[in-house]
Amino acid sequence: MFRNQYDTDVTTWSPAGRLFQVEYAMEAVKQGSAAVGLTSKTHAVLVSVGKTNSEFSSYQKKIFKVDDHIGVAIAGLTADGRVLSLHMRSECIHYKFLYDSPLPVGRLVVQLADKAQVCTQRSWTRPYGVGLLVAGLDETGPHLYLNCPSGNYFEYQAYAIGARSQAAKTYLERKFETFPECSRDELIRHGVISVREALAEGKLNGSNCSVAVVGAGEAFSILDPKMVQQIIDSLDDKNEEPPADVAPVEGEQGAVQDDTDQGVAPMET
Amino acid sequence: MGGSYGSTLRYKSVQRLKPIGKHTLLGAGGEISDFQEIVRYLDELILYDNMWDDGNSLGPKEVHNYLNRLMYNRRNKFNPLWNTLVLGGVKNGQKYLGTVNMIGVHYEENHVATGFGNHLARPIFRDEWHEDMTFEEGVKLLEKCMLVLLYRDRSAVNKLQIAKITEEGATISEPYAIKTHWELEAFKNPATGAVGSW
Repeated sequence: MFRNQYDTDVTTWSPAGRLFQVEYAMEAVKQGSAAVGLTSKTHAVLVSVGKTNSEFSSYQKKIFKVDDHIGVAIAGLTADGRVLSLHMRSECIHYKFLYDSPLPVGRLVVQLADKAQVCTQRSWTRPYGVGLLVAGLDETGPHLYLNCPSGNYFEYQAYAIGARSQAAKTYLERKFETFPECSRDELIRHGVISVREALAEGKLNGSNCSVAVVGAGEAFSILDPKMVQQIIDSLDDKNEEPPADVAPVEGEQGAVQDDTDQGVAPMET
Repeated sequence: MGGSYGSTLRYKSVQRLKPIGKHTLLGAGGEISDFQEIVRYLDELILYDNMWDDGNSLGPKEVHNYLNRLMYNRRNKFNPLWNTLVLGGVKNGQKYLGTVNMIGVHYEENHVATGFGNHLARPIFRDEWHEDMTFEEGVKLLEKCMLVLLYRDRSAVNKLQIAKITEEGATISEPYAIKTHWELEAFKNPATGAVGSW
């Protein structure tokens, strides 16, 4: 995208019917480090790669728990992501207080999208510069949604956002048809493998990789870094395992046994 | 079906049972105008819920909690909605029965009542209610309690409606009367024990 005379304000249309400021906001999402979400019939999983400011700092927090049944992974301006997560938590708590029931994921996502849309139509606020992968569970099962700075939202079986997300998406495209029947652990494995594809350099480890799960009978939780490290290590094990040796079967060498004098066959009396 | 005017039973065709959404039935005792206001709030709530058009719907538990918030907040402002509400429903095979009153006291129970029902009907329920009653057994038990209330509550009228809610939806019967028996000896010659001069 090149600079042009229609991109200064979010309230200015281009002659081709585009809002460039909104599109630039979506570019910010692409600059963030990768986050992946995937669902099966029973679970939804979020996996992300973290960045650090320097060698001495901690990794950026990319996954937030919003309620027992909803969590979100962000890519883009993390401050915007944090603020939106807080807003989502507030919405969930409010609904719980009024109705003693968890807020359906689809409704939270629409409220979030409406909030993002406001910023695309005011001259005094800028669009949010963060993409949100919302994973949640409600009466109709597990769901994964993407919320864009444009105010759009989409439901996905599996998706990836952020830097080099196309590599992750390619892996997901190959495998997504198997996801509905996957177990919880298989789904997590797929998520971690796909996020590894999006890594440019360096290796995944328990510190720079965050994994979160929500599912039937399991509240949303972010896995312990040690657990994540184990999962990453097990991926390597599976890759380096040589094909199992086929042991020679004893007794198949030699002549076919003569069964005329074996005795009576069981079915004959 | 009665609506009181102070201590007089004035209105004899007031419907005090209303279906709320697809999954809930609400009944009330107390101030009828406040009940009508509550029904209006709930109609609006259900409308907005339907407008999402997303396959989710508010069930009896949600409506009960909402009403509790409503009643309790009004009580805190010293401006209560003067009702005792009973609320029942079925959603996703789960049955629900609960009550909220004007001070915000709320609970779920297998049998609930308003007004005199608490004193006259609930003891009968405690003895005779059991899990897995059929609908007909339930109606019989309810009619037995309503009969007691009819005999003993001076502001009761012999006109009642039974409402039923299942997974399929709610039905409210037409108003009907129950049989009462006045053939007791004492009623035949009421002045026997105290003959008057006229």
